Amino acid sequence: MAYDKFNTLKSSIVPLPIENVDTDQIIPARFLKATERKGFGDNLFRDWRYNPDNTPKKDFVLNQDKYAGKILVGGKNFGSGSSREHAAWAVYDYGFRCVVSSFFADIFRNNCLNVGVLPVQVSAEFLEKIYAETEKDPKAQVEISLPEQTITIVGTGEKESFDINAYKKDNMLNGFDDIDYLLNIKEEITAFAENTPL
Amino acid sequence: MKTLFDKVWDSHVVRKIENGPDVLFIDRHMVHEVTSPVAFLGLKSRNIGVKHPEKTFATADHNTPTINQHLPVKDPLSAKQLKALEENSNAHGISYWGLGHEKNGIVHVVGPEYGITQPGATIVCGDSHTSTHGAFGAIAFGIGTSEVEMVLATQCIMQPKPKSMRINVVGNLSKGVTPKDVALYIISQLTTSGATGYFVEYAGDVFKNMSMEGRMTVCNLSIEMGARGGMIAPDEKTLDYVKGREFTPTGTAWDKAKAYWDTLYTEENATFDKELTFKGEDIEPMITYGTNPGMGMGIGNDIPTAESLEGGVSTYKKSLQYMAFNEGDSMIGKPIDFVFLGSCTNGRIEDFRAFTEIIKGKQKAPNVTAWLVPGSHKVEAAIKEEGLLDILTAAGFELREPGCSACLAMNDDKVPTGKYAVSTSNRNFEGRQGPGSRTLLASPLVAAAAAVTGKVTDPRELL
Repeated sequence: MAYDKFNTLKSSIVPLPIENVDTDQIIPARFLKATERKGFGDNLFRDWRYNPDNTPKKDFVLNQDKYAGKILVGGKNFGSGSSREHAAWAVYDYGFRCVVSSFFADIFRNNCLNVGVLPVQVSAEFLEKIYAETEKDPKAQVEISLPEQTITIVGTGEKESFDINAYKKDNMLNGFDDIDYLLNIKEEITAFAENTPL
Repeated sequence: MKTLFDKVWDSHVVRKIENGPDVLFIDRHMVHEVTSPVAFLGLKSRNIGVKHPEKTFATADHNTPTINQHLPVKDPLSAKQLKALEENSNAHGISYWGLGHEKNGIVHVVGPEYGITQPGATIVCGDSHTSTHGAFGAIAFGIGTSEVEMVLATQCIMQPKPKSMRINVVGNLSKGVTPKDVALYIISQLTTSGATGYFVEYAGDVFKNMSMEGRMTVCNLSIEMGARGGMIAPDEKTLDYVKGREFTPTGTAWDKAKAYWDTLYTEENATFDKELTFKGEDIEPMITYGTNPGMGMGIGNDIPTAESLEGGVSTYKKSLQYMAFNEGDSMIGKPIDFVFLGSCTNGRIEDFRAFTEIIKGKQKAPNVTAWLVPGSHKVEAAIKEEGLLDILTAAGFELREPGCSACLAMNDDKVPTGKYAVSTSNRNFEGRQGPGSRTLLASPLVAAAAAVTGKVTDPRELL
C-alpha cells in the first residue's frame, strides 16, 4: 500500500517508557474486525487510553496535552507478540511516522517498514537521554535523518546513528513497496517455481 | 557445513539483494479471515490476481463462534470478515474451509492434519504462531498483511536471513512435565526477546522423544521468546505422520520429496550464532504469573521479587499490579475462575488426552467455568471416537466447536474483567483473553488440575 515518503523528520516526541509493549496493547484483538484499513488510530493503545466506559484515562500519555508529536518513543522490546499489521497501521493512522526504541520485535519492525513508519533502534543510554530531555521540556525536539541514518536530540546536539538496510532505506525514501520490486522479477520467480521439489 | 535451517532457506532463495533482503519462495501460504481482507483489497487496487492459488489455503478460525456454528454468526463485523474471506477465496480459486466445513479448524492445526505442512517447505501465514509448522522441519513464520499481499501476488517474500540459534534439551522429562512446560521453561530462561533476530533449531533427546503434537506445541511458542520461528529436523516420526494425508505427495512425487527430506538435518560441524543447552530433568510443570510469557516459573515456586531482576522494575511492578499478585506469593492454592483448553498451542488430541487423564473420575469445581475447544473438527471427532467425551461429560465438562476462541477472545469467549483463567494458550498479555482478564499460562495437565480443584494445583498430586 502506498505511503508518504520519508526523508527527515523534526518533531517533539511522545514518551512511553514501558518495556515489552506487545501488539495486543497497541491494538487489542477486538478491533481487528475491519475489512478495510481505516480508523485504526482511534483504537491505538485502546485499553491503556480509555476506561471501559470510553472516558479517557487522564494519566495515559496520549491523553496528556503537553505531549504531542510524530515520534513515539517506547521501551525495550517494542511490538512483541502478535503479527497483526494493524498495530503498525494504528501507529501510522494516529499520526506517528517514527517509533524509537532500544529494541524492536522482528515482525513489528518489518510491518512498520512496509507501511511507512520508520523504526529507529537506539542504545539504551540514548533512549534514557531522550526521556530525560522530554522530562525537562515536553516540547523538546528530536530530529531524524533517514539519508544520514542519524537521530539527534536538538536541544543538546547529542546524536546517534541507526541501522537500516540499504534496500529498505531506498524504499522508505521513495515510498516504494516490495510488491513493486517482486512484480518486476516475475519471470525469474516463475522459472524458480517450476523447479521446487514440493 | 550447513544447518537444517540453512538448507531449507538457501534452497528457496530466488534472488539475493545486495545490502538488502533475500527474495524467498514460499511453498505454502495459509490464510485466515483477520489478516487477509486488506491484502485482497490491495490486489484489487493493483489489478492483479493470486499467483499460486493451489499453494494457498484459507480457513476461518480467529473470529468464529464455538457454539451453534450451524447458525448465522451474530456479530455483524465478524460475519462480514468471514464473508469477505469466502468471497475472496472463491474469486481467486483458493480452497476455503469455512465455518461448518468438515475440514475447518485453527489454521495451524488443520495444516498438519491434511498434509499441507511438509518437511523442508517454506510456510507463511498472517499469524505469528505459524512457527508451529516448524515441528516438521519446515521454515514457517508469521507475516504482516502487506506481506500476505506480497505472497498472494508473487508467491515470494522479502526477508533478511535471520541469525541461527540451537536450543538443546538433553536428558529426560519428569512425570507431569509436558512439551508446553519445556517451551515455557525455555522462554522463562530467555525472556520474551531472548531469541529476537534468530531462527531456532530445537535438538536433543527431549525433542527426539517427543510426539509430533508435542513438537508442534514447542515450535508454536518460538515466537514468544522473540524468535522468527523454530524447527526440528524431520525423522521417521515426522514422515510417519505426514504419509497418507490428503495433500501429502504419493508415488513418484513422494519418492522425490523424500529424497529431499532425507537431506534435512544439521551437519555435524555446522555452527550456530548462538547455542544453548538445558537439562530435561530441571524442568517442572510451569505456570506464568505476569503479563508476558517470559514471566513463568515452576508451579511450586514463589513469584520473584523485583529486587532479583536485572532492570525493568517499574514494568515488572505494573505487571504484578495488573495481575493483583504480590512479589514472593506462592501460586499454589490461588483461586481461579476460568479454564481454557485449546488454541493452536494446545488444541490437539494429545492435549485432550492429557486433560482427561487428570479429570477422569473427578468433578469440575463449581466455581470454574471451563471452555474446552478442540483445534479442529478432526480433533473433535477423535475426542469422541476415543471415548474422551464420555469421561469429560461425566466430570461435568462440555465440549465446544473448533476455533481460536478464548486465546485472543475475538469471539464471545471472553474472560471478564478481573477474573483469572488458567489457559493452555500462548499469551498472557493484558486484556488478551478479554478486557481486564488475567491469564495464567500452563499445560493441559495444570489446566485440568485447576479445573477440578478450583485453584492452582500441582498436577503431579493428581496423576
